[in-house]
Amino acid sequence: MAAPVMLGELAEPILPVTDRASARAFVDDHIVPYANAWEQAACVPEHTLELMGEAGLWAPFLPVDEGGAGMDMVTLGAVHEEVGRGCSSVRSLLTVHTMLSWTLQRWGTPEQRDRWAKDLATGRVLGAFCLTEPGAGSDAAGIATTATRTADGWVLNGVKKWITGGQRADLYLVFARVGSSIGAFLVPRESPGVHVTPITEILGTRASMLAEVRFDHVLAGPDALLGPSGFTAGMVLSGTLDLGRYSVAAGSVGIIQACLEACGAYATAREIGGTRLGGLQLIRAKLSDMVTDVRAARLLLSEAGRLKDAGDAATIMATWVAKYFASTAAARHASEAVQIHGANGFGGDYPVARLYRDAKVMEVIEGSNEIQRITIADEAFREALRQ
Amino acid sequence: MSQNVEEQVLDFVRGRFPQERFDADQDIFQLGFVNSLFALELVMFIEKTFAITIRGEELQIDNFRTATAMAALVARHQQAPAASGA
Repeated sequence: MAAPVMLGELAEPILPVTDRASARAFVDDHIVPYANAWEQAACVPEHTLELMGEAGLWAPFLPVDEGGAGMDMVTLGAVHEEVGRGCSSVRSLLTVHTMLSWTLQRWGTPEQRDRWAKDLATGRVLGAFCLTEPGAGSDAAGIATTATRTADGWVLNGVKKWITGGQRADLYLVFARVGSSIGAFLVPRESPGVHVTPITEILGTRASMLAEVRFDHVLAGPDALLGPSGFTAGMVLSGTLDLGRYSVAAGSVGIIQACLEACGAYATAREIGGTRLGGLQLIRAKLSDMVTDVRAARLLLSEAGRLKDAGDAATIMATWVAKYFASTAAARHASEAVQIHGANGFGGDYPVARLYRDAKVMEVIEGSNEIQRITIADEAFREALRQ
Repeated sequence: MSQNVEEQVLDFVRGRFPQERFDADQDIFQLGFVNSLFALELVMFIEKTFAITIRGEELQIDNFRTATAMAALVARHQQAPAASGA
């Protein structure tokens, strides 16, 4: 376990995040009080990113000898939930960094892991995930960015859009077309030919430093390819998206919990016509639904994490289910949270407007809810055929 | 052992596609309905069931085309446990 880090004589020590309780304490101290301001500023300050590194938040699932803490997936889900409770933008940065770090650890060569893992674990290098393009979302078949093999390695050309953390990331995990299939590539942001354009008009996760990233004849070495190219690179992408989906599901649970906490506090303090808001039956009904759904979503997430820890292939479907349930519940309850706050819910004095904007994003990213329902329905039909 | 591995792999594939019929030498990728999501599930199934770790360089389609090929991959790991990472 890392020793507490002191930031000057008067600063509180930054304790390592090892579980839900320590994550909650970190988030309450260093994220919750500032999340609305970060949303307005459209960025998470560098100081906070450094604090996250000192707390060991960036990639605690990596093995100890690669700079991580060997954290299990159930605990990782709880940690990402807590971060998502505080700020979906921070959780989004954590998600894409996690996707890159996990993919490196899972499919990288020893040389690639030696080069990047420890810097990713500490946050000295921040990662981003580059799949979506102006003309293609999570549909890998629609990728237009190309990677062409040369005598010295690879040449990448194309445009990636809606890249979370793209403005800040040091290392991109880029999925590109290789012939008739795809491949995953590690591309440092400092590579000549990488052009980053901030995206400032965005519905939610406004502080997640989104960018359009253009690769213009970017030369990458032969060691840039992470895993295979060809059909089996789709397995790499599927695994990366699965972990991203798990993190987004966790963040969605965090949004519901944040809605519940905000509404509980508001309905306790607010009076209307001499009656405490929390005494009104329709308000109580909304809070009871939040309590029920956050517990259900958390259990679905935990089950998906347990299956990941067991290496059970059933985690893929369990993660789809958890993400679908949690993201739709988050969007529903964030809307109700604004409703409970009335006009106060529209502004920046309370967190619920931000939660409302962020929750909508969860229904779209890492596989839209429509795609999720198609996939889940396929499982239902398979189950029927098996019986 | 190898026969047993083939049967277990086939049971998994049949469970995923209960409407189809498979045999050990059938190229499952030629059938047209196997996507990368299922391929990942297949990798996870093999790793968990046979206590091996498949690394990036082994993630080649020829290792997963048929139950026979997958049984051979498992056998290679079981003959060289130090390299399996398990």
